[in-house]
Amino acid sequence: MTDAARLLDGPRGPKPTRRLSRRNIILYGTLSVMALYYALPLYVMVVTSLKGMPEIRMGNIFAPPVEITFEPWVKAWSEACTGINCDGLSRGFWNSVQILVPSVILSIAVASVNGYALSKWRFPGSEVFFTILMIGVFIPYQVMIYPIVILLRELGLYGSLWGLVLVHTIFGMPLLTLLFRNYFTSVPDELFKAARVDGAGFWGIYFRIMLPMALPILVVAMILQVTGIWNDFLFGVIYTKPEIYPMTVQLNNIVNSVQGVKEYNVNMAATLLTGLVPLTIYFISGKLFVRGIAAGAVKG
Amino acid sequence: MHSVSIRSLDLHFGAVKVLQNLDLDIHDGEFLVLLGSSGCGKSTLLNCIAGLLDVTDGQIFIKDRNVTWMEPSERGIGMVFQSYALYPQMTVEGNLSFGLKNARMPRAEIDERVARAARILQIEPLLKRKPGALSGGQRQRVAIGRALVRDVDVFLFDEPLSNLDAKLRADLRVEIKRLHQKLSNTMIYVTHDQVEAMTLADRIAIMKGGQIMQLATPAEIYNRPGNKYVADFIGSPSMNFLEGDLSDGHFTTGGENLDITGYPFEGPATGAATLGVRPEHVATGHDLQGLPIQAEVAVELVEPMGSDTLVWTTFAGQSFRFRMDGQAEVRERDTIRIGIDPAKASFFDKASELRL
Repeated sequence: MTDAARLLDGPRGPKPTRRLSRRNIILYGTLSVMALYYALPLYVMVVTSLKGMPEIRMGNIFAPPVEITFEPWVKAWSEACTGINCDGLSRGFWNSVQILVPSVILSIAVASVNGYALSKWRFPGSEVFFTILMIGVFIPYQVMIYPIVILLRELGLYGSLWGLVLVHTIFGMPLLTLLFRNYFTSVPDELFKAARVDGAGFWGIYFRIMLPMALPILVVAMILQVTGIWNDFLFGVIYTKPEIYPMTVQLNNIVNSVQGVKEYNVNMAATLLTGLVPLTIYFISGKLFVRGIAAGAVKG
Repeated sequence: MHSVSIRSLDLHFGAVKVLQNLDLDIHDGEFLVLLGSSGCGKSTLLNCIAGLLDVTDGQIFIKDRNVTWMEPSERGIGMVFQSYALYPQMTVEGNLSFGLKNARMPRAEIDERVARAARILQIEPLLKRKPGALSGGQRQRVAIGRALVRDVDVFLFDEPLSNLDAKLRADLRVEIKRLHQKLSNTMIYVTHDQVEAMTLADRIAIMKGGQIMQLATPAEIYNRPGNKYVADFIGSPSMNFLEGDLSDGHFTTGGENLDITGYPFEGPATGAATLGVRPEHVATGHDLQGLPIQAEVAVELVEPMGSDTLVWTTFAGQSFRFRMDGQAEVRERDTIRIGIDPAKASFFDKASELRL
């Protein structure tokens, strides 16, 4: 208490805060409403997918299921009919995986080498190549659909899985190259010079120095490509055949099939199943994603 | 024998001529410092020697081999960078051995060389650590080690101490000097810090605008600067310059007629000239005896720095500074008698700025 004698009257210590200030009410209120608005469709989908058809016909889409049933999920995965096949979304899922894996690997591999070469091995005309690639980012891809059909036909890849892989790799390249180029530009030049003095060549520096440093941006590129390619509908429907349609196209075919009753619960389950892959990716790598975006953004 | 020889080197970036017709011979085992303000081309020259920049014209020889078109790793050079440039994902050991692995050296020899370099630089306890876990001084030691393990003929240092704080810089400066004594390799060292240059160098090459202004020993550069730029650049505080005219043993400046008997002229001793006097070469008190140039000046400003005191005054109508003992009792508005020894001064031609 000796201390108190030296203090004057008036405020002392931390400034008191009011929990229920006007500012807080408005802030949390607005955010809650927005979050609710955004989450509601997901809630309806999940709830509907767990109901039986009789319950759905009662009409209250917001009501939680009285009797939880997983039958719509099973049906959506392995029994729903698209055209002549009645093996559900499972076929589309595996098709999508077969398209996704090589497309992601190939596009990232090509784009990272591009970005590395454009940022660290400035050769005559490198700016021109970069500009051409950048124009690619801004061209609406609709205008290229038909030329690519012809190109793939001439290559003998039209309607095949590898044709679609090629298309995804090409269309992913401009943006990914930009991403990697900016990231590698932020890697100090002296590091690159030191590696050259140490006798490492183009590929030695790429694999031993640059790539191990590029983990954050690799994760960003992977997320962009996995979600982009998985969610792709247009290229899938145009450049492949019904037997190898990706999951998104198949989902559309299930939901839009006109025969019989509309099975809303099966449709909802099928939609959720299709969205599961990007969702999982976000959950696993969300933190890394933000870090990578920031890493690329700070020194762009 | 010359360790590094540069023959009429040109380097242009587009229209900008960074290096112009540059010639330089560096002796075997010599410690050469390239000194200059930023943008003078000193780092560019070092990068050319390293092979990290393609030259526009001219030739570079290392140990009498023409290396002009060779890759950096083939030239027998090791380089230490300002930002350390350690590979962040590798341990210290990995950093040291990276160059050797690229050269496909047998494992046993790599281990031996890494151990030897670690012993010389006293970084043995750090071998398993990543660069992120090292202090600035330790990082710079590892960077030197990376050049050391490769057993190179020539060490290139690109402002290696600029990122360190003042105390550490002084320590590492001494360590680099010791290392040079121990290894007796040729070392080329780029810096803008004249203290580093003076303390480390066997010879200093002072650069400006892509050309070498003077190449000489530190003592020669300090005592007999080849031109006005070098005279002004070296020395802190920098040299006093008095403008005037030379004629038969006298220098007329600002109304004063100074007797300059004893100055060893190499050029013509007549015409418009600049007299350069280092602040520390101005005598006071007992040292005045026998000096031909003496004057009474008024003290305008005193800057005590502990070890010595800098006094600002006006001499011959021009601003003039001189250095006194740190314990000297001197105050503003005092009058003090100063003297100049012409033998320690420098004369420069007014037009060409070259030493007379």
